[in-house]
Amino acid sequence: MIEGEASERTDLVEAPGVIIGTGGTSATTSAGELLFFAWRNWKVRIGLGIVLIFLIAAFVGPLLTDHPPNEYVGPTSAPPSAQFWFGTTIFGQDVFSQFVHGLGATFLVGVIAGGIAAVIGMTVGFVAGYRGGMTDEVLSMLTNIVLVIPTFAVLLIVAAYLSVRGVVIEAVFIGLTSWPWVARAIRAQTFSLRAREFVDLARLSGSRPLKIIVTEIAPNMSSYLFMTFILLFGSSVLIAATLDFIGLGPTEGTSLGLMMNNAVLWSALQLGLWWWFIPPGLAITAIVGALYVTNVGLDEVFNPKLREM
Amino acid sequence: MRRYFGRKLSIYALTFFLAVTINWMIPRFMPGDPVQTMLARAGLRPEASEQMFAYYTEVFGLDVPIFEQYLNFWSSLFRGDMGTSIWLFPTPVTEVLLSALPYTLGLLLPAIILSWIAGNKFGAFAARKRWLDNTLLPVGYVLTATPYMWLALVLAFVLAATAGWFPISGAYGITLRPAWNWNFMLSLAHHWVLPFLTLFLVSFGAWAIGMRNLIIYELEADYTTYLETLGAPRGLVRKYAFRNAMLPQLTGLALQLGVIVAGALVTEIVFNYPGLGFLIKQAIENRDFFLLQGAFFFIVIGVLLANFLIDIVYVMVDPRTRLGMEGEAAT
Repeated sequence: MIEGEASERTDLVEAPGVIIGTGGTSATTSAGELLFFAWRNWKVRIGLGIVLIFLIAAFVGPLLTDHPPNEYVGPTSAPPSAQFWFGTTIFGQDVFSQFVHGLGATFLVGVIAGGIAAVIGMTVGFVAGYRGGMTDEVLSMLTNIVLVIPTFAVLLIVAAYLSVRGVVIEAVFIGLTSWPWVARAIRAQTFSLRAREFVDLARLSGSRPLKIIVTEIAPNMSSYLFMTFILLFGSSVLIAATLDFIGLGPTEGTSLGLMMNNAVLWSALQLGLWWWFIPPGLAITAIVGALYVTNVGLDEVFNPKLREM
Repeated sequence: MRRYFGRKLSIYALTFFLAVTINWMIPRFMPGDPVQTMLARAGLRPEASEQMFAYYTEVFGLDVPIFEQYLNFWSSLFRGDMGTSIWLFPTPVTEVLLSALPYTLGLLLPAIILSWIAGNKFGAFAARKRWLDNTLLPVGYVLTATPYMWLALVLAFVLAATAGWFPISGAYGITLRPAWNWNFMLSLAHHWVLPFLTLFLVSFGAWAIGMRNLIIYELEADYTTYLETLGAPRGLVRKYAFRNAMLPQLTGLALQLGVIVAGALVTEIVFNYPGLGFLIKQAIENRDFFLLQGAFFFIVIGVLLANFLIDIVYVMVDPRTRLGMEGEAAT
């Protein structure tokens, strides 16, 4: 109990500079009320709005262009025009087509990698926190090791040895390496929750540990779990873009990081082809930034103390 | 304190062991034959290729039982032997990496330390000040969400390619040779500014927001209310809040090291800055697996050392760990 409390503040710091409070008001507040507060919060509105715009672009965009992303279809190095909205690359590929297809890959990586990391992190965190003892020792050791290891370097090596790489494989590997902070944070919260009366009551009435975790402990952190997924989504997108940029992106198809990689490789910087590398990075920044802002907004929604008066 | 360091060191030792094992395992258990792939890409004449194959099979140590391979891997590692670079044949990998290391460290260390200090100061200053807070928050979130390489590209495009204020590529002018004279130093500093600024800005945003959020939590704590009811001046309350918020920020620094290092790698690639990132890119393009794996070791060792340094600082600032009580970083 004491240990749980002691480590709680450490676990507030997670993704770069992002904090999640201990929220957890869902037991007393109804879903409708939460939605009302969520909608009233401008951070949530703006954040989700931006993400939605890019999501729509990822779905609708490919229908608006009949150029496949990697085909040589137009004049080379042409600036944005009515025909090629985002211009063309040095080879005459349609940047707009690459952009919208890359957006789709970005969302895919975020969902898969974020989902995998969330599931592993929650499982490890709940089990370690609820079981305690030896199980906790082993799982915490594992968590701490993965936490210190520079996982990006591991991803580099793994990706370099894969001769065929796809977006999904990339996402799976990112998910497998980015769960530790989630496990730590959830373990700490489970630690403090499992000593509460309602958990004791459930245990006395003969519920199995799994059922207690799912029906008694998890619902008390549902807001927290949701925000965790948002942060994981954002960080996965950034990691994937970095990997792609180094030249370890998908060997087939396209992605936003790959676009920037090609732009640098073919001296877009020196030739002034800004339309080649500005859109992909801008989209990543906008999506991830919007997610972070949504997260702050949701924190205020779930944690009334933080709401602006 | 002994227990604290004991725990920490055992985690680092295990991590190092695991990292070495991963590094050994991946080439051997991944689908495909690394030696073949490497040679296929090199495009050599058949007879040369055969010789190279025999050579690399021996260098990889693939001709002895697998357990022996593993032990050999460790022993050559302790001798500082990481194989021979293929891209810069026949320079040993260790030598190649050591010559690149100063450039990476020269970017990373100032960027990490300065952004951490400046971000914390600014975040603490901005917290609970409506106007500053409303401007800091959006700017900070945009900065932390920016991929390093994109900020590098934007800065290079605006300040170097368009405005021409800074050089766009390299660590010093192409006409110069590394030497201890003013001319070279000036050129070195001039080339250093933009990569440094990239790393600094992205991390700065993260630390400023982190600090701002922590201060707000601290200002809601009971001790703050207590101090305020006692009539303590605002400055004093904030000072205490800042000190308390420093600890999680320090832990955060340790956790973020990997991300910042990754950021430095891609920033170097954008600016053709001859550090580890540049080498990694060359290694990937030239299928130089020895170089790549050597770079992996350098990064792992660097991050572990930095973690240990942060632990020492932690003990200095947090009396609880010093007195052997369960501190926040004790787990």
